[in-house]
Formats: sequence, C-alpha cells, structure tokens
Amino acid sequence: MELHQLTIGQAREKLISKEISSQDLTKAVFDRVDAVEGKVDAYLYLCRDEAMEAAREADRALGQGETAPLCGIPLGIKDVMCTKGVPTTCGSKILGNFVPPYDGTVISNLKKAGAVIVGKTNMDEFAMGSSTENSAFKTTKNPWDLTRTPGGSSGGSAAAAAAGMCLGSLGSDTGGSIRQPASHCGVVGLKPTYGRVSRFGLVAYASSLDQIGPFTRSVEDAALMLQAIAGYDASDSTSVNRPVPDYQAAIKHDVKGMRVGLPKEFFEEGGLSPDVKNAVDQAIKTMEGQGVDVVAVSLPHAKYSVAVYYVIAPAEASSNLARYDGVKYGLREQRDSLIDMYHATRSAGFGPEVQRRIIIGTYALSAGYYDAYYGKASQVRTLIMDDYKKAFEQCDAVISPVAPTPAFKLGEKTDDPLTMYLSDIFTLSANLAGVCGLSVPCGFSSDGLPIGLQLQGSHFEEEKILRLAHHFEQATEFHNKRPEI
Amino acid sequence: MKITEEEVRHVAKLARLDLTDEEVTVFSRQVGDILDYVDQLNSVDTQGVEGTSHAISVNNAFREDKAVDSMDPDLALSNAPEREDTDIIVPKVL
Repeated sequence: MELHQLTIGQAREKLISKEISSQDLTKAVFDRVDAVEGKVDAYLYLCRDEAMEAAREADRALGQGETAPLCGIPLGIKDVMCTKGVPTTCGSKILGNFVPPYDGTVISNLKKAGAVIVGKTNMDEFAMGSSTENSAFKTTKNPWDLTRTPGGSSGGSAAAAAAGMCLGSLGSDTGGSIRQPASHCGVVGLKPTYGRVSRFGLVAYASSLDQIGPFTRSVEDAALMLQAIAGYDASDSTSVNRPVPDYQAAIKHDVKGMRVGLPKEFFEEGGLSPDVKNAVDQAIKTMEGQGVDVVAVSLPHAKYSVAVYYVIAPAEASSNLARYDGVKYGLREQRDSLIDMYHATRSAGFGPEVQRRIIIGTYALSAGYYDAYYGKASQVRTLIMDDYKKAFEQCDAVISPVAPTPAFKLGEKTDDPLTMYLSDIFTLSANLAGVCGLSVPCGFSSDGLPIGLQLQGSHFEEEKILRLAHHFEQATEFHNKRPEI
Repeated sequence: MKITEEEVRHVAKLARLDLTDEEVTVFSRQVGDILDYVDQLNSVDTQGVEGTSHAISVNNAFREDKAVDSMDPDLALSNAPEREDTDIIVPKVL
C-alpha cells in the first residue's frame, strides 16, 4: 500500500520498526496533496516547511525510542482551530488575514504528541453549513465523486482524510459537522461528549454545542486521536475534569451482550433514501451476528431537533460573532466613525449564510421574542435530553443513519437554506443533548457513494461506541475501499 | 410573511449589518420560512419544563488568585488593524 493510504496504526508500526521515517511519510503525503489538491480543494493553507521540520524532529524522537501514538503522523486541521503563526480564517473573509498568536489546546496536545501538521482544511464559513459550499475561499469536492459535496461543515478535513492527503484530521461538530462529512466521504468521524475535549482556541460558533473530534480511516485511529486530545483544560470553563480512559484498550473488549437501541422515529423520517436504509439494516444484522442485542427505544422529541437547533445555534452565534467588529483583529473596512466602521466591516466580512444566521439569532433574542423562540427552544432541548437519558437506561448506544441520503450534488441545496438544514435531522440531537456520536462506514449506494452508520453514546461513554464501531469494522470491508482519484 | 422587511432592516441594524434592498427581500423570505418551520415547537407541551442552556452542568471555573505569565503585548496585539505602541487606534467614537 502507498504510504499516504496507511492508517495511523499501520504507519505507527512502520515508524517504530524504522521501516519508514516520518520524513518519508510526510513527503508522501505532500506528494499526494500536490497530485490531487487541484481536484479536491481540501486545504486552505499548507504548512510545508513547518511540517518537514516537525517530521525531522519526530524522527529524532523516534530514534531515541519515542512511542507516542501520533509521533511523526501527518494530520490535517480544520481552519477553525487556532494555530500559532499559521493563518486561521474559519473560511471567512473577516478572518482572512488573522494569524493567531497562540495554539489552541488541541493543537498544543497534538504537537506534544509529536504529530506533524500538514495544513489547514477548508470549511463552511464559521462552521455554518452542511456542504462546505459556504467557504469564502473555495469549494471542496467529494473525492468519491467530484460533482458532489464532501458534506460539511468540516468538508475539507473529511475529504483530506478520505483522499490520503493526511493520515487523519481534526474537525468540529456543532450539529453534525464531523459525522455527516465522515459519512459522505467514507471515513470514521467522532464527535466526543461536550466537555471531553477542550474548546480553548476553537473559534466559537455555538458554544454550548461545539466540540472538536477526529476523522480517520479506522476506528482504532479515532481512538488514538481522541486519546491525544481528550482531557481537562483549565483554559476552557466547560471542560470536564474526569479521567480519560484507555480508548485503544477499551475498543478491543468483546461486544457480546451489548445492547444497541433502535429509535423508531429515526426510521419513520420521510426522505430516508432506500440505499441508506438498506445499508443501516444490514449493519444492524452484522452486529446481531456478533452477539449484540437490538432493542427498541424511543426519542419522541428528536423530530424537533432541527427547529430547536436553528433557534439556539443562531442565537449563540449572533452573540459570539459580535466580536468581529474590525477593532482588535481581522478585517477592518476603514470609515470616519466607529459605528460606520462596524457596519462596513461586518457587511463586507461575513458571507450570506453567516449574515442569515446572525439575523435569525438576533431576532430570536430580541425583546418581545426571546420567550417565544429562545425560551421555548431551550425547554424542548430539555425534553430531547430527557429522551436520551431514558434511552440510555435501555441500551449502550443508539443506532441510526447519519444522513438521510448519500452526498448530494454541488449547488443542489444552496438556494434553499431550510432544505439544507433538514439534511441534519439525524445528527443535531446529539449536540443538543451533549452526548457523543460517531459515523463509521457501513456501505455504498447503488452509484458507489459511501454511507455511514451513526452510533450515539451517553455522556463520556466514547469507549462503548468506539468498541461497537471497531468490532463492526473488523467484520466488514467498507473501510478498506478508497476513492479512485 | 413571518418577518417583515421592516423587521429585517431593524434586526440588521441591531446586528450592525448593512443590507441591500435585494438582501432584505431575500432574507425576509428565507428567515420567514425558517421561523415558520420553528413554529412547530408551539405544539410541544413544555408546561413546567426548565430550559437547558448547557447539556453538561457548567459552574464558574475559578483559578487561584496568583499572577502567571501572560502573552507578550506585542504578540497579543500583532493582529490589530491599526495600532500605536500598545494602543489600538479606532475611528472617532462620537
């Protein structure tokens, strides 16, 4: 197998046995980027020199017996995470010239682990979108079919991992932005529990929903990456101080007798494509064959997730994005008065989807509408959380599709925001409830597009969903297929 | 029409956004569609239900009251659009 196609686990063995060096691996990844970036458009910025330097450093450490799991591994980073001295645009013109003076905690953790950062990946502006078409800079294509979207908002990270333009990558998930592109690109994508991974240095979209997680080409790799980024961080007031389990060991435990819950409401949803339904049905049979018990659960309020999310997320966003005013950093459109400068800067710097969500959020929080919109949505959010609590009393993981259809065509939904929002129906509820969730490849559509299976776990029970996904992956071949590009 | 063009103009002003007439028309329609969709929440009985703002209980995170090194001011201000020493220059306020 070519070096750029290795899983992190495979590359790690070769690095430790000195069969290859991190410099060989990093060079192979950049060669791959040079060969396919023109077609995929996954990256906004490449850190060639810094990456080769980090690879040399990793080779020195490996030479001295270093065995940290990510040492010398080339990774892509969604451009929503602050990287010291490396541009961080969030896919927005308003941060087009922003060079962070510090590393986010996940980046410090990756660097400490010896990882090599390949570059910053493309995304929907401020992580608002489901197709990566809302980037102010470029449109990423799905490596399986260049006329389709990779999903979003972490489309660049998903496409890069699928196309061998890194060995793994980081994304962020506010309503499905890791799981949905992972499903569309045929890779593993994990959204950890809210509070498991520090958000310090993650540009905020909706702070009560945002969470960072990995894209990888195997479940074991996702466990390795989670291990490196999980844990308490005093710099994030919502970070939760509790021990981080050994995920790599945990995923190998037997799944016999584990219970997965089938939420009937998720399968009654209109618009579920027959290909997706078949793939998920087959996956459930595969798990049953492994001794996993399937039980019926109910998430009766999950159907309100889109409505709740599109009040709460824009409300938080309108407040978070108030900081972009042309004063301290980012774009400034110079005017004679401060107020005129604010208006000119924000109108020139934010794209249409961001402006739309700021307007929804400002409206929903404005005097006279607060109770009707934000208040009501936060109450229904409680009911959604209660549903999950009850479901997890009956099962270890909730199983469902990730997205109602395989990857859609570029441009197909750009004119109709509500239709785009509705494609997030299966993923939003996990963010509202703060639970963890992942997507693991479970099949292909009749026209060869990848399909992901979603497993959602209770708070801080990543081990369980990773374990189920790992055993499922071991019993299937979907993850071994790579896009021809 | 759930949200009038006048309301869109008002909200845009609150959010410090300038919209063209065309943007006002488009946003009024699109935001109206979204708010119509959101109205289904009114059919949910939430009598006596507490709202949730964070899925995980969040408390004030205090640290020890001890001086620690902070970022060098030059570095911290390195992205300022216009500055003089450690001051950021802005257009006149009044």
